[in-house]
Amino acid sequence: MTTEAIAGPSKSTPGLLSRAFAGRSGPLAVVCLAIFVLWYLGTVWLNAPLLIDRYEREGQDWSITGLAGDAMAMERPILPAPHQVVEELNKSILQRSVTSKRSLIYHAWVTLSSTLLGFAMGTLLGIVLAVGIVHVNTLDRSLLPWVIASQTIPILAIAPMVIVVLGNIGFTGLVPKALISMYLCFFPVTIGMVKGLRSPDPLQMDLMRTYSASKVQVFWQLRWPSSVPFLFASLKVAIAISLVGAIVGELPTGAQAGIGARLLVGSYYGQTVQIWAALLTAAAMAGMLVAAMGGIERLVLRRSGARP
Amino acid sequence: MALEAVMQQGEAETAGSAARPVIEVENLSLTFETADAPVYALSEVNLTVNAGDFVSFIGPSGCGKTTLLRVIADLEHQTGGTISVNGVSPEEARRARAYGYVFQAPALYPWRTVERNVMLPLEIMGMTSAERQARAARYLDLVNLGGFEKKFPWQLSGGMQQRVSIARALSFEPDLLLMDEPFGALDEITRDHLNEQLLRLWERTGKTVVFVTHSIPEAVFLSSKIVVMSPRPGRIIDVIDCNLPADRTLDSRESNEFAEIAHRVREGLRAGHSYDD
Repeated sequence: MTTEAIAGPSKSTPGLLSRAFAGRSGPLAVVCLAIFVLWYLGTVWLNAPLLIDRYEREGQDWSITGLAGDAMAMERPILPAPHQVVEELNKSILQRSVTSKRSLIYHAWVTLSSTLLGFAMGTLLGIVLAVGIVHVNTLDRSLLPWVIASQTIPILAIAPMVIVVLGNIGFTGLVPKALISMYLCFFPVTIGMVKGLRSPDPLQMDLMRTYSASKVQVFWQLRWPSSVPFLFASLKVAIAISLVGAIVGELPTGAQAGIGARLLVGSYYGQTVQIWAALLTAAAMAGMLVAAMGGIERLVLRRSGARP
Repeated sequence: MALEAVMQQGEAETAGSAARPVIEVENLSLTFETADAPVYALSEVNLTVNAGDFVSFIGPSGCGKTTLLRVIADLEHQTGGTISVNGVSPEEARRARAYGYVFQAPALYPWRTVERNVMLPLEIMGMTSAERQARAARYLDLVNLGGFEKKFPWQLSGGMQQRVSIARALSFEPDLLLMDEPFGALDEITRDHLNEQLLRLWERTGKTVVFVTHSIPEAVFLSSKIVVMSPRPGRIIDVIDCNLPADRTLDSRESNEFAEIAHRVREGLRAGHSYDD
């Protein structure tokens, strides 16, 4: 029998719609659409009281459609409409040169640089702490409670102090913000790596013992490679909260530049459209950073023999 | 050739008395202290393994055969009695990398290719890259895995993975091989095939092998000496010399000689009252 006979008559080509829904793009589009609809409804609903107030003060007649139209075109709305935010994004990203102080790309870069520096320092600190905790018994019992305690302090409470103290001893700009990022992002790395470095099973450890391998050899040949999947899971969390740390670090100083500064300036002047544009930029940045980390993860794990 | 001659000589001498002892165990006992009651894993074990011997430990689960092997390998420490490996303590023997150990599971490192798994002990022992390459190729060939060098462990079947782990144990050329139920998890057909390969390997290299199993045919087929053990407490009840012809094949399992030895092993196991509970 030929394969065709087994397969039977071939099915007709499915339509565009059913193909879209077979994959991931269909459901994704539906969710996006739902979010936009809810957002527009929210815009009208939240901005309506302000507008109705104004209509009544001016003794103006108003209709629902007129209200909806006005609600989506306010200069300082409670909640701006999506197209207003998109317009603002277009204005501050595409219409300006990236070096301009009014370009969101410029501000995003400022935030990104302290995010990446803080992420690098936090990852290093997290790994060093985990290695210490796994290898030194005293550290295992003494350090972990402090590491956990450090994360119970709200970052908003200590960020201004860190900035002020560091500013006094001559550190301004990038470094204090990176330190706040580091403070937030070392934690998941430590927790993940402690688990990862302890993940080799007893048989794999026994094997090393039969070779009378040194502690250093056990670390590099067994503990470290076993911990790599755990490391990447942690790094994906760490890079996202690193960005949060950088933005929070930009708030208390009234920083001149950065996504945080844009949020602050926007809230001073009630520029909600600008705030939302900055927020969306931050969200897009976080998404890209996590996706990039995922890409690096796939590359590294494929090289080290993970099943595709 | 020379190795084979030495091996056969060694085997001949086992029957006599002048053979060089590799493992000497005297009055060995091991008790695990647990929360409720102590577990007597080994009690009053006496045993000598000579150079070139293929010794099997056989017995039901929990009879201490794996524990005894782990004491020899210095993965476990006795609570009484003495043991020497190559004339020194197990710890010194381990530090001198005197033995290769094959575990129940392959214990391959999943991030390393087959070839690099075999090279692992060689890297740890500081061999040059050229030497590592040559040894990996040689021992993968020996276990019939030439051509699989660049594969990752998950791409291999269970039997192939276990063969990689045997190649890894052989790669640094220890004189003593400790094997803990290496074929326990494999199907009968693969197991037969690997048994035959292991026997040929032992004949070729003249290594001393200590082999843990709970299969009577496997023990009789492979061994020059069978140690029958019984549980609670783990002790030796019989030591059977097993002198089937060196060129035996799987078909030899149907011979009368084979049946007699298997019968004696079975009797020994029964005498240990190991099926009472």
